[in-house]
Amino acid sequence: MTAQLLTFYLFSGVILISSLMVISTKNPVHSVLFLILSFLNAAGLFVILHAEFLAMILIIVYVGAVAVLFLFVVMMLDFKTSINKDNILQYIPIGILIGVVFIAELIIVLINTKFDLSNIQVLPNPLSDFTGKSNTEAIGSVLYTDYILYFQLSGVILLVAMIGSIVLTLREREGVKRQVVSEQLQRQGKIDLVDVKSGKGVDI
Amino acid sequence: MINLAQTYFIEVMTIILYCLLIFVPLLLGVVMALYADRKIWAAVQKRRGPNVVGPYGLFQVPADGLKFIFKEIILPDGSDKTVFLIAPIITLALSIAAWAVVPVQAGVVLANINVGILYIFAISSLGVYGILMAGWSSNSKYPFFGALRSAAQMVSYEVSIGFVIITVLLCVGSLNLTEIVMAQKTMWFFIPLFPMFIVFFISALAETNRPPFDLPEAESELVAGYQTEYSGMPFVLFMFGEYINILLMCAMTTILFLGGWLPPIDIYPLNAVPGFVWFLLKVTFVFYLFAMVKAFVPRYRYDQLMRLGWKVFLPLSLFAVVATSSILFFFNLAPGM
Repeated sequence: MTAQLLTFYLFSGVILISSLMVISTKNPVHSVLFLILSFLNAAGLFVILHAEFLAMILIIVYVGAVAVLFLFVVMMLDFKTSINKDNILQYIPIGILIGVVFIAELIIVLINTKFDLSNIQVLPNPLSDFTGKSNTEAIGSVLYTDYILYFQLSGVILLVAMIGSIVLTLREREGVKRQVVSEQLQRQGKIDLVDVKSGKGVDI
Repeated sequence: MINLAQTYFIEVMTIILYCLLIFVPLLLGVVMALYADRKIWAAVQKRRGPNVVGPYGLFQVPADGLKFIFKEIILPDGSDKTVFLIAPIITLALSIAAWAVVPVQAGVVLANINVGILYIFAISSLGVYGILMAGWSSNSKYPFFGALRSAAQMVSYEVSIGFVIITVLLCVGSLNLTEIVMAQKTMWFFIPLFPMFIVFFISALAETNRPPFDLPEAESELVAGYQTEYSGMPFVLFMFGEYINILLMCAMTTILFLGGWLPPIDIYPLNAVPGFVWFLLKVTFVFYLFAMVKAFVPRYRYDQLMRLGWKVFLPLSLFAVVATSSILFFFNLAPGM
């Protein structure tokens, strides 16, 4: 048993336990915190696979940005009224259905996999063209050449989603005074700096 | 199992030793930073600052620390006690963890990893959780408002910090912190990237909740923000975490823009000085700037803070990324091209 295997079991064990806690804990804020814990441990698994770039991006994007917004919204819920204990069981059938679909997909992927799973050393470097390059370089040289169209398209989709949500929530309110910084900075002649003599005062 | 222990015992022990080598100077640094902060602030306002405990008041900070250790830890009745106690621990642990990849001299670093700068960025983006958890678990109005403000503020300024880091990375061609410093051998990056240096400095102030951006703990509005319900040891953990984060941001400014451990000019008497001395001097200088800003800039209003982050810094840094990459591309200066 090597230390690598031990850390793998540690990370995946914590992922499993914290994922269970996400759905079983009563308090929604605790759920989000356990979700964050399982994200962090998934990043740990990436590090074991020598995919340190993916690990860092996972932490920055999911934990540092997405989950913060999640927590932000959940924190403001009045969760004491939203807890209803007896209807938890009603979600079990649909949960099992999703689980079965997910396992079936995993099995299909594993059967048709391109990677040689018998040799675990292949995993850190699945594309043999990039031996000797760091995985940041390898991902960049694949993503921005072969997959540039998909990369740009996903960017456009995100932009459309962002503009859409802004349009839906934007409303003009009347009678709101806004600070215009450039106007404030251009105010000239209304302010004088006066050197006040002691005991004399100033004329206004 | 015994084999495993034998194989890794020495390795684990060396790692623990290295961790202590980071942790102890860091604690000392925080004590000195707290003292310097108060002394500079006092000098600007023509006060004396701490001058009673020890020579020149040097022992004021350890004395305050001792006082906090012996104080009672008060757990508010309606608080979520587990989260309430985990929050300061997370803040301190994360702020120390980020120092694992900071190189103080050529080769003197605990973990010289390929994605060092991303690691620091990731860890500092986690720092917001300590504050959010503290604010929520206190179950009280002021901490909650403080936490909401702080989360929005840190997420906003992280965006511009990210783009500034990208402009530096474009000039380096590597994510490794040692290579970022070595790329500045001919010219420190604050000369060609001066506007980005300013943006990074101000964003660092906002990211660490320093004045003039200390709205999460604006005492005139929110008592003490997310720290309101904390006392004794948990409060000290917050305080230390905050100051270690400030020192980290000073070190980041040094590494990204001020040439890390490199001497100003590569001539004899200057390059004979060991690198970590230069590193310390530069970090101290950046911290002096931080302290001066605290002393003479009034606090921002919250909408002004958000305007600065999203409407000024974000377009500016985005433009800088495009401009830098275009210049590097057209003049064939980009590393690895």
